[in-house]
Amino acid sequence: MLKDITLGQYFPGNSLAHKLDPRTKILLTVLYIVTLFCARSFVSYGIVALLLATGVKVSGVAPKALVRGLKPILFIICFTAALNLLYTPGEVLASFWIFKITKEGIFTAFFMVLRITMLIMGTFLLTYTTSPIALTDGLETLLGPLKKAKVPVHELAMIMSIALRFIPTLIEETDKIMSAQKARGADFESGSLMQRAKALVPILVPLFISAFRRADELAVAMECRCYHGDAGRTKLHVLRYQARDYLVLAAYGIVLAAVLTLAHFGL
Amino acid sequence: MTDIIKTENLTFAYPPDEGKEPVLALQGIDLSITQGSFTVVLGHNGSGKSTLAKHMNAVLLPGGGTVWVDGLDTANEELLIEIRRRVGMVFQNPDNQIVANVVEEDVAFGPENLGIPTPEIQARVSAALKAVGMEEFTLHAPHHLSGGQKQRIAIAGVIAMEPACIVLDESTAMLDPLGRREVLDTVKKLNREKNITIILITHHMDEAAMADRVVVMDGGRVVMDGTPQEILVQVEKLQAIGLAAPHTVELLHGLRQDGFDVPLDALGIQECADVITASFKS
Repeated sequence: MLKDITLGQYFPGNSLAHKLDPRTKILLTVLYIVTLFCARSFVSYGIVALLLATGVKVSGVAPKALVRGLKPILFIICFTAALNLLYTPGEVLASFWIFKITKEGIFTAFFMVLRITMLIMGTFLLTYTTSPIALTDGLETLLGPLKKAKVPVHELAMIMSIALRFIPTLIEETDKIMSAQKARGADFESGSLMQRAKALVPILVPLFISAFRRADELAVAMECRCYHGDAGRTKLHVLRYQARDYLVLAAYGIVLAAVLTLAHFGL
Repeated sequence: MTDIIKTENLTFAYPPDEGKEPVLALQGIDLSITQGSFTVVLGHNGSGKSTLAKHMNAVLLPGGGTVWVDGLDTANEELLIEIRRRVGMVFQNPDNQIVANVVEEDVAFGPENLGIPTPEIQARVSAALKAVGMEEFTLHAPHHLSGGQKQRIAIAGVIAMEPACIVLDESTAMLDPLGRREVLDTVKKLNREKNITIILITHHMDEAAMADRVVVMDGGRVVMDGTPQEILVQVEKLQAIGLAAPHTVELLHGLRQDGFDVPLDALGIQECADVITASFKS
């Protein structure tokens, strides 16, 4: 059951979206989110949707995979939609008990759902087309200037990549511990919520102990391989912007300018 | 021949539990390892063999006495990086020594830390992966590999730092027989072709048979030291410190006790079969 967990799922590929520098993609995602939050009308939402569709098309990621990624936040989407639908003041269209549905409410709810959905899909597009290593590399270089302000950028990137490295190992371990506890008669599938939560304790304790032991051994192994932080470190792959990165960023700049102008005129 | 590692009257004690006297894990070790040799260190659990291994690249520092790596005193903290780039270490659990998500990135971890220029790292990574026979897995994720393959990646990560010596601290203990074979064949090849000194810490007697030299430890001391042919035939002495002689030697030992005239030092299976048939024929 635990094998289903997808975290930062990466689909290897050879599309333009895969080939772009991770820094370009991170910047694009940030700009995309900004655009999304500036959009206020059907026209500008249409432009952003078109943008997303282009991104999906270019990346070659199956739209199905993007929709599947929405499942875990379906509740949040519905909840936000309901709240916006029921609690926006304005021209009342229908009312029952204490609830009033307004015209503005319908619009806000619709745009809100659209915004969250496109936000999630856009960020998924980033993680689907960028390997975790490229992602941490990109973040580390992008945030590099913060090192001058004593922000431990390299250390954070290292923590992130080690965490990603150990997720499959720890999932495998959890599976093993669960099987071992089941063999000793533990029951994880029945009982009240409280009982089930309590049943997890015998999994978490050994898992934590083993995680700490692993961390300790890994630290020694890293030291043995001369790890001494960021100072004087070189890289196997050095990130370099290509012409395509500049082109894509420039193209995106135009779109952002268009949406901002539209928003300025209330569209 | 120069010594890559030399210890003189090396003692070490782990911090004791509260209210207890410290027990010396190493009680005065004098050992010289020749550059390019293949040494197996044998001993049962708690004999101090792993503690000794950890002194060979300054993971542990001597409580008393001195350890030199290529003439560098391990107690000198300024030499730490220089010492560790000369002596690489491969540990027991393959999962807990792989740092990166992709095989090539993991192999590159050591050279990256040493500040090797990018083009040379790339050359070293492909050479190291080739040396351990894992070049087709360059872009794989380590968690999809078998235990033996992971250990070979760990060895490649060490080779990429171009060390003079590799210490394998029970690196075969968690592997299945096939994985063990892979790892042993790899280190044998590295020793032969690249003249890298190998120190293999183990409790598998059959692994000792392939070494140039066997060092047996017990209670924090070196109790036996010599060629496999000299050490592994001393069945009673090995049994006394909780080690079993290789199956071949045990068989020959049993035959001798039953009055057959066979030599004891036929360590390999084929050799052993040959001397037994020869003895039966005569």
